[in-house]
Order: sequence, then structure tokens, then C-alpha cells
Amino acid sequence: MELKQYKLNFLYQETFALTKRLFIQLQRRPSTLLAGILQPIIWLFLFGALFSKAPEGFLPGVDSYGNFLGAGLIVFTAFSGALNSGLPLMFDREFGFLNRLLVAPLASRLSIVLSSFFYITILSFVQSIVIMIVSFILGYGWPDFYGLGIVFATLILLVLFVTAISLCLAFVLPGHIELIALIFVINLPLLFASTALAPISFMPNWLGWLASVNPLTFAIEPIRIAYTQTMNLELVALQAPYGDLTCKSCISILFSLTVFSLIIIRPLLNRKLN
Amino acid sequence: MNYIQVKNLSKSYSDIDALKDLSIDIEAGILFGILGPNGAGKSTLIKILATLVEPNSGEVFINNINLIKNPRKIRELIGYVAQDIALDKILTGRELLDFQSDLYHMKKKEKYERIKTLINQLEMNDWIDRKCGTYSGGMKRRIDLAAGLLHLPKVLILDEPTVGLDIESRNIIWQLLKDLKNDGMTIILSSHYLDEIDKLADSLVIIDAGKVIAQGKPALLKEKLGGDRITLKVREFSTQEESKKICEILSSIDGISRIIINKAQGYSVNFVVEKEKDLLTKLKVELAFSKFEIFSLTQSQPSLDDVYLQATGKTLLDAEISMTGKRDLKKESKQSMR
Repeated sequence: MELKQYKLNFLYQETFALTKRLFIQLQRRPSTLLAGILQPIIWLFLFGALFSKAPEGFLPGVDSYGNFLGAGLIVFTAFSGALNSGLPLMFDREFGFLNRLLVAPLASRLSIVLSSFFYITILSFVQSIVIMIVSFILGYGWPDFYGLGIVFATLILLVLFVTAISLCLAFVLPGHIELIALIFVINLPLLFASTALAPISFMPNWLGWLASVNPLTFAIEPIRIAYTQTMNLELVALQAPYGDLTCKSCISILFSLTVFSLIIIRPLLNRKLN
Repeated sequence: MNYIQVKNLSKSYSDIDALKDLSIDIEAGILFGILGPNGAGKSTLIKILATLVEPNSGEVFINNINLIKNPRKIRELIGYVAQDIALDKILTGRELLDFQSDLYHMKKKEKYERIKTLINQLEMNDWIDRKCGTYSGGMKRRIDLAAGLLHLPKVLILDEPTVGLDIESRNIIWQLLKDLKNDGMTIILSSHYLDEIDKLADSLVIIDAGKVIAQGKPALLKEKLGGDRITLKVREFSTQEESKKICEILSSIDGISRIIINKAQGYSVNFVVEKEKDLLTKLKVELAFSKFEIFSLTQSQPSLDDVYLQATGKTLLDAEISMTGKRDLKKESKQSMR
């Protein structure tokens, strides 16, 4: 029992040190944080302006396009941040810093992964909150207390899911060039093939199908409900070609994807870190 | 029983055999040198000892703990200073040491005291609070060494720690290694600098192409070669046939032994002469009789290079040169990446 407590203390100490290192890097090179906040805000302004003269009732259930877009941009910000989370690890691998960690008698090498999760989750939350505040100032609404809880729970699931994949890629790919190229290829197509910018009813059939199986959509729709209606998990959030999905279903699917991704990356992390 | 035992270690990377059935024993509290040219397998051996690379076969025991079965326990015992210094450029030296001490689960008071001691010991006071990205090669090496020593390891493993360093940094590191050894730490130092190993090592192994070619105390290894070492050239660049004839002449002279042809140095002939006998006059006569003139003749005390030369037929420098261009360092780096 005492031994377990020791191990837990050690795990806490090393995870805290690893996370602290990532935040010191962020503090001294804040450009990633700023770019991650600025990009969606610019999108919010530009897209909001682009559709500002759209006819009334153009989008069912929302007052304005900005009101519709907010959820998509919050998710996109968290998604982009999480997708990039493998980069620091990739650089550590390439420049040999990872060896410094691997030679140390870590209580568990899980701390290397945990620190990335903590860092990206906190970073995504900060970025998302800034975007939510800007959306509010622009008059695009603010979720109620229950809705706010759903927003953050959904973001945590999405961040865990995408961070797991990104860390996995950081171990599998040969270098940062390949990782950046893959992030570049994945990022925008996944955004456009989701309901971030337009509802499924606006899309051609094939794109509608793609959007309704896109994990981003399962995160966007419950958040959109939190923004546009009084939050209720039984409300229909997504009218997919294969049937209607409630908020609860969307979050359940996201939860399953997260658990599945964590299970499948475990053997790879074990092999690479042990 | 020896403190560190390496038994029949083999490791290959796709098509390259980095280590072939290598066995060494290391006593506690000594500075043990691993000498060999680039590409000999030193770094692979060091990485296995540091638990970073798993061998294909063989066993390693440190303080009777099986390294392959209990790598975590071994990590508590060792400090590792890699050949390629990997520092976080954004952190200051002090922050890096603080970070490293947390990875070794040191208590707050203990870590601050230890960091302070190491800063003084390695003369880092003036620049420790600057970011690592601004450090010179010598500073980087010193901070890296400090990081490896934070938790007072029982065994310190260093992979070519003085490559490319300025004299001041090298001397500081050498002095520190001597002090650490005097305090009872076991130090494993790989190097391709002969003078470094000769000056510092109590015992050493010479590796070539993944195999042990000599092992023991430097003085004993040199003593085994016998008397003074002579390098003879009858022309600046002789032919192989010419050198073979000279070898025949030399082998007929009593007191001359260990004759080898050094192909890389223009087919010069190297041999050992017994200390007591004045053989050089006789040698000159014999050569003249066969119509050879001496172009150059150098006489020296046996060195570790001679030990290497005796075993491989080439000097360490020649071995380095012959390896130049043959190694794909990028590929090797990718292969060893986790």
C-alpha cells in the first residue's frame, strides 16, 4: 500500500515536471497559443460578415450565421490544438530529448503521455474560452450552465481522442516534416467535411454522409445545441442520412471513439516507451 | 565478482552487425574506457548499458541486477551522458536541472542543494540562468554532465563526452571524472581519443567492428607489446612486395618481433625491438645488404594505438579515415530513434 502511494507521488512529480516544461515553452514562445486563438476569431469575423446579409430563416433554429458558426469554431480550435499535440513529442524524439526521459527511472512512462494530455486540454480550454467570449461580445450567445458543462465535457472527449491519435502518429512517423504534412492534409478537409460551416441539409448527399460520420460533427452538434437551445441531452442534434442522433448519442459516440483510440494506441505506446 | 558484467552481447541494425558476441567485465569504483574508431560499436554498447537499446542476444548485469529484465532498477543506478547533447533550448540551465531532478524523484531540499553543488563544481555560475539555446558546446556538455550526475548515480556512463570541446571545458570534465572516481563512482567512458583513455582509464576495452580486440589495464596492454615500437619506411610509398621483403629481412634478426605491414600508411613496416638490444645498427646493415635505404625510421614507446595496430593492422586514425563516408549517420540516427 505504502509502495503504491510512493509510486503515485512519483507519477505526480514526473507528470507535473513534464507538463510544467511544456507550459514554460508556451510562455516563452506564445505564438502557437496566439495563432490558435487568432485564426478562429478571424474566421468568426469573416464568415460572420460573409453571411450577414443572408435571408432570414436561412439556417433553421439560429438567429444568425455567427450563432451557428461559433460551435464549429470552438471545436475546430480544440481539434487543431490536439492534432498538433504530437509535435513536441516528435521534436523530443528527433533531437534525442526523449532519451533523457527514457533513461530516467520514471514511475511510469505513461507520465510522458499524460503530460501531453493535460497540456493540450488546458490549452484548448483557454483558446475555446477566448473564442466563446469573443462570440458573446459579437452577440452570438452564451450557453446556460448545463450547456457549458456539455461544451467542456465534449471538448475533453474530442481533445483526448485527437491527442491520442496525434501522439500515436508522433511515434509512428519518421520525422516532423511528415507529421506536419499529415496534419496539413487532415486539418481543413475534416473541417469542411463536418457541420462546422454548414448544416448537412446544405450538402450534397455524399458529403452529408461524410459529415455525419466525421468525429468533429459529433462534437459540434451538442455544442451547437448548447448555444442555440436550452440544453437537453434528449434533443435531436444531428439529422444524419442514416437517422436522427440526439445529443446523448453524439456524446456517446465520441466517448466510444475516445475509449477505442486510447485502447488501440496502448500497445504502440508500450512498445515505443518500454 | 565484477560489478558490471556484459556477456555475449550481440546487436544488429537491419543489415549491420553493430556488436558481435561481445563480453566485458568492469570492477566497481574504476574508470573504464571503451576505445575504438567511429563505427566500432561503442555507442551501441553504451546505449545498451543505458537501457536505451535492447540487444538481440546476450546479458548485462549491473550490481547483479539483470539489465534486460529490470531496466527500471538499472536506471536508478546509472547516470547517462549522451554523445549528442539534447537540451531543451527554451529552458535555462537551472530549469533543466530542476526538471531532470524531478524525473529522478528528488526531494525539494535535496535537489536545490545538489543543483547548487554541481553549479559550483562545474563552474556554471555565470551562465546557468541563461537559456540552453545560447550555450556554447562546452557549456552544453557541462550542463548535460551535471544532469547525469544530479541523483548521484552509482555508475556514470559517458558517450564521447569531450568530442569537439575547448581545452578549458575538457580539463574541467577530466578533473570532475577523476574526483568522482576517487569518491567511489564507477565510470564508463567511451572515446576515440587515445590520450583521454590513456590518461583517465584504469582499465579499458578496445572494440573494432563490434568485437573486443583487447581488454585490460592500459599499462599492461602496452607492456605486452614488449619493447619500443619502430615504424620503418624504405620509400615514402612502398609497394606491398617491397614491404614483404623487408618483413622477411626483419624476421631474420633476433630480437625483432611483432612485424606488421601498415597498408594505410604507404605500406610502412611496424615492429617491436627488445629494449636491451641495440638492433638498429644491425638492421641498417641488413637492409643495405638487400639494397634498401632507410627513408624514415621512428622509434616510440608503445601506446594504445600500437595495441590497436597490433590487433587490426591499422592505426585508429586510419580506421577513422576508412570509415569516413561509409556510415550513413542519418540512417543510424533514425534506427536508434524510439
